Amino acid sequence: MLGTTLAALHADPPVGLSDALAVVDGFDDVLAQGFARIGEPEAATLTAFADAFAGTPLAGAVAEAAGKAGTGSGTAEHLAVLAGARSALLGAAHDALLGQLDAALARDRTAGPQEDPVEASGLGAAAAARAWLHEVALVGWAGVDSELLTAADTPVEAALAVPQWRRLAVLLDGFAAELRACVPVSTMPQVPVRRWADLWARGMLLTQGSVPTRTTMRVSGRLLPLGVEVHEHDTAVQILLHAILEPTDGTAPRVVRTAVGAAKTDTVVGPAVWKLFGAHPVLLSVLAQRRSVTVTDLPEQGGDVSWIDDQVEVGEPADPFATARVLLAAATTSAAAALDRHPAVIAEPVLLEGYTVGSDDDGVHLDLGGQRIGVAVDRLPACGPLTLELVTASTACLGLARWDDGGWSVQPLAVRATVRKRAVEAHNGDWADGITDPKAAKAEAKAGDVVAVLRARAGRLLRR
Amino acid sequence: MVTDAERAGGQRRSVVRVVPPARARKLAKVPFVELAEGRLQGVVSSGSSAERVYVSWFTAETHAFHCSTNNNRPCGGLSGRPCKHLVALADEAILQYGVDRIARYLRIDIGDGAESGFDLLRRANCRHEPGPGAVVFARFLRHLAYLEVPGSDGILPELHWFPATAGVR
Repeated sequence: MLGTTLAALHADPPVGLSDALAVVDGFDDVLAQGFARIGEPEAATLTAFADAFAGTPLAGAVAEAAGKAGTGSGTAEHLAVLAGARSALLGAAHDALLGQLDAALARDRTAGPQEDPVEASGLGAAAAARAWLHEVALVGWAGVDSELLTAADTPVEAALAVPQWRRLAVLLDGFAAELRACVPVSTMPQVPVRRWADLWARGMLLTQGSVPTRTTMRVSGRLLPLGVEVHEHDTAVQILLHAILEPTDGTAPRVVRTAVGAAKTDTVVGPAVWKLFGAHPVLLSVLAQRRSVTVTDLPEQGGDVSWIDDQVEVGEPADPFATARVLLAAATTSAAAALDRHPAVIAEPVLLEGYTVGSDDDGVHLDLGGQRIGVAVDRLPACGPLTLELVTASTACLGLARWDDGGWSVQPLAVRATVRKRAVEAHNGDWADGITDPKAAKAEAKAGDVVAVLRARAGRLLRR
Repeated sequence: MVTDAERAGGQRRSVVRVVPPARARKLAKVPFVELAEGRLQGVVSSGSSAERVYVSWFTAETHAFHCSTNNNRPCGGLSGRPCKHLVALADEAILQYGVDRIARYLRIDIGDGAESGFDLLRRANCRHEPGPGAVVFARFLRHLAYLEVPGSDGILPELHWFPATAGVR
């Protein structure tokens, strides 16, 4: 990523972006208030929301849903239509922003594979989740209480029991836990209305009966890791690897992603999360030793590769910075699945070098020839060695371009830095096979092996 | 129009850490602590028997407390005041969540702060009120059951809303 790339990103925001987001904000404010508490201003906001879809294929359905909801008689189906319409706006925002980024990076993006609706099974879980989300939408954020949050347990358990509904389960559980920690919401100084509306709307969409499913291809080749990001809430953690695939069929190198996930408890935090991935020893070694992987016949859907331990083999050492420098600029990438499109899922690997690091009231930023990009320092995971100090001392950064609330930032995956005149390098996955930093290892040892303690308890109590 | 105040509070952000992650703590003595169902509740290991655990809770607002074994046998240490299990529960809850979050949830006015579980509980006008402990024990089993849920393969896109964070170290 160069100064000129950033200049192109900062020059003009995509046409219509702020208008679309203003429409989204209107909806989010109504949802925050609660659909059972619709007054005249809220009804007017919903009418304006529906007007934004005039002339589109959604116009009729949105107008009807907004009309019913505006008179306080919206059913769960009407709210699902409104959730879908909101998601369509943010999907368009995603496309516009990513288009701008691709143009600035000269990155070539191919259309994703075809998506066909597949009828889902175990619909009881989805129906229960939808009923809960409907109830939440009626009372608004301030109306959510302990009782309603306890009622989320049933749909969460039902969804967790069916692998097909894992996305819904993980979303609902994280969302409900966050709300639980914020009750009573009325005492919060600021309510994260965009975020909670995002989670609510995504939940509504995931509970619809048929799931758009992308055609699966098979890929073989050499996978060269760029870096991992870690996602986690109280009861779920995901290790998402961004890499470049050199296919054996001789086609051009591509940017791909692969992920493994685990359920956990809120007491498993920091480097302890790696212990949940014992079933993926190859992945852990590859990350810790910074190696390439030979993959054979792995299922792939539009750049999302499924990780199957039996079909991957640890390869030669591979420096992610070298991979990025040599291959990233020319690698192609693929479009996201239709339902997934949202500015929050934009995560494009980028390499930044030759910058200076600065900080001011807006936080830490990198300066490339007078052009700045903020650093998402709140996205440095506790399970890895990256710290604010290392980022501040860095001379090169491998990261993900992210967009939120009107601006681009970079989420570091790895940095090269000079600390006390010594060159050091740190990657998010460095501690996958055990903590390599003595000080952090000592702190971790003090807490003991929480995963082992909990598993021992579970073994004693759950199988009586 | 997004105001500066809205921006600062993350009102129009999709990804903002609303609740700090739980802090690492040893789990041997108090394997389970939660703020749920209007209570600070959890499970405390018995000092004398590996087989026995105590189920303890402290209710928000009313500040009613109770402690019993998982078979609903009342804790012998209760004498109108919180027993050592309840104090241990509060101590570990402070480690896990921070004292401010607990005080806010329980509606205890801690003034300029509370150092320990004992310090926190003595600021509440608490009283003993028996109740069934089985509910809390069931929550503990549900909590443990997460470790038995099989892992997922394939990307969970919704987790983009939940990046891991250390805060700023």
